[in-house]
Amino acid sequence: MSVALKVEGLNMAFGALPVTRDVTLTLERGARHALIGPNGAGKTTLVNLITGVLKPHSGSVILNGEDITAVSQAERARRGLARTFQINQLFRGLSVLENIGMSISERDGYANNLWRAVGTKRVILDEALDHLDSLRLVEDALKPVRELPYGRQRLVEIAIALAQKPRVLLLDEPAAGVPSSESHLILDAVAALDPDIAVLIIEHDMDVVFRFAREITVLVQGAVFTHGTPDEIMNNEQVKAVYLGQEGHRGGRHG
Amino acid sequence: MAASETIGTSRTEARERAAEYLVGRHRFRLAEALPWLAAIGVYFIFPERMTFGSQVLVMVMFALSLDLILGYAGIVTLGHAAFFGMGAYTVGLAAARLGWSEPISGLFAAAIVAGLVGFITGWFLLRYRGLTLLMLTLATAIMLQETGNLRSDISGGYDGLPGLTFKPLLGVFEYDLYGHTYYLYVLAVLVVVFYIVRRIVYSPFGQALTGIRENVRRMHAIGSPVHGRLVTVYTIAAAIAGVAGALFTQTNAYVTLTVFDFDNSAKVMVMLILGGTGRLYGAFVGATVYMVLEDYFSKLSPTFWQFGIGLMLVLAVLFTPRGVLGVFESIGKYFSERKKL
Repeated sequence: MSVALKVEGLNMAFGALPVTRDVTLTLERGARHALIGPNGAGKTTLVNLITGVLKPHSGSVILNGEDITAVSQAERARRGLARTFQINQLFRGLSVLENIGMSISERDGYANNLWRAVGTKRVILDEALDHLDSLRLVEDALKPVRELPYGRQRLVEIAIALAQKPRVLLLDEPAAGVPSSESHLILDAVAALDPDIAVLIIEHDMDVVFRFAREITVLVQGAVFTHGTPDEIMNNEQVKAVYLGQEGHRGGRHG
Repeated sequence: MAASETIGTSRTEARERAAEYLVGRHRFRLAEALPWLAAIGVYFIFPERMTFGSQVLVMVMFALSLDLILGYAGIVTLGHAAFFGMGAYTVGLAAARLGWSEPISGLFAAAIVAGLVGFITGWFLLRYRGLTLLMLTLATAIMLQETGNLRSDISGGYDGLPGLTFKPLLGVFEYDLYGHTYYLYVLAVLVVVFYIVRRIVYSPFGQALTGIRENVRRMHAIGSPVHGRLVTVYTIAAAIAGVAGALFTQTNAYVTLTVFDFDNSAKVMVMLILGGTGRLYGAFVGATVYMVLEDYFSKLSPTFWQFGIGLMLVLAVLFTPRGVLGVFESIGKYFSERKKL
């Protein structure tokens, strides 16, 4: 099975306002797929529908060949679907190490244990440090997350998702709010992702999108406007008109 | 740069530091012996106040059970007295109606009954959070109280079940007028309960509870069965509160429906916040300070003693937002940082 994630005919509305209209999207194994679109196009809503935070009114989400439309958010995560958040969702009072350890122990079921002391399981410790190593966060391992600069917190956000060992990873504006002096940290991390993981990235920064993505889907007013390779999208006059022409949308804006 | 050096040379060092950091948190510290030594000291220094002492220890246990759900899992409840009451009535009714007056088996029965009520109500209520949960837990305690009131032929209503007698402890130690035996009995049970709570808090499960408190959205996103975890800890806390309630009935030799009072739920929360939440020993400090002051003020002025308690609470909230233990922590941090300079 080479299709990692398939979204079919997804529809969603908040009251009378349709936010997702008949969206169909396919992520092959190892995909590098960017989702772009103006603010309010429904990008984050789509991520919330795929991960199960929201329930679609119609349509289906298929992960590794299994229909997960009716499955809970946590169960989807356990089946290999991970995400990062546009606005950090971290365990701010805990150390970086514990943030990663939390993810690992939930993944492997260690968190069901009420009796063993935390920190005595070497496997978890080693794996957590490996993840931190790959994102160059080892030096910050024992610091509380809230004391880190924002750019580094964004890395922790990604590290938690990677510690889930996902097969599909949804990155919701990973570089949002990161000062340009630190954004290379995020870009390097994204570029170094395991080639086996299918990645869907939402990003406003076109430099990132064109550097990273092999496929681009443009979302406008909740519907797929067009879909293609970066070259096709770059040369699409209509896309330029609705999106790329609007310079105001560059940079880390919340959409 | 520096990061690449750490990968090769000091990888093992980083691992050791990380392990030490995590394990160091739950290693037994000498200061932890203090409350226990104090509890034993009280036995010898105030032999005539053992009944009061037992009541303090019971409230410590009750507050400890609340710390597990409020301090660690972040579940806000105003109905924790429901479980205290269920435990209190389990041993009360067993002794008065069934003639089952063996104290220790009574504790297990109380834990099971209260735990069961915790499991069932928790299953329904823990889908909610915040104010909704606050109201629902409050309503649960009131409903249980009114059920008892409705069947006052069994429960004894607000007159309660007076004059209960319990068998000697372990078949040997008789109940004495000054409550010496029961003080040691309650203390022994508290040691056991505390050990269990301490293990849970420092386990991966306890860590997951902290995660739920810190950021529940992320817990869902990393695949944590949040509802299941909350129901589990709620059940455990309910069982412990039930044991505290059972000890309350056994030490007082009577029980009335006032154990279900909103007052009781609110008081235990105040005690815990006063001592400091999410710290285990906050329950000790808070319950002791509250009850000793309550005792002192009520002797000072039998009519206006609540004013003293109220004033103390206002001062505590203003000056010790993280509880009495929080103040000690800040002082300790201040000195350790000065040493570094």
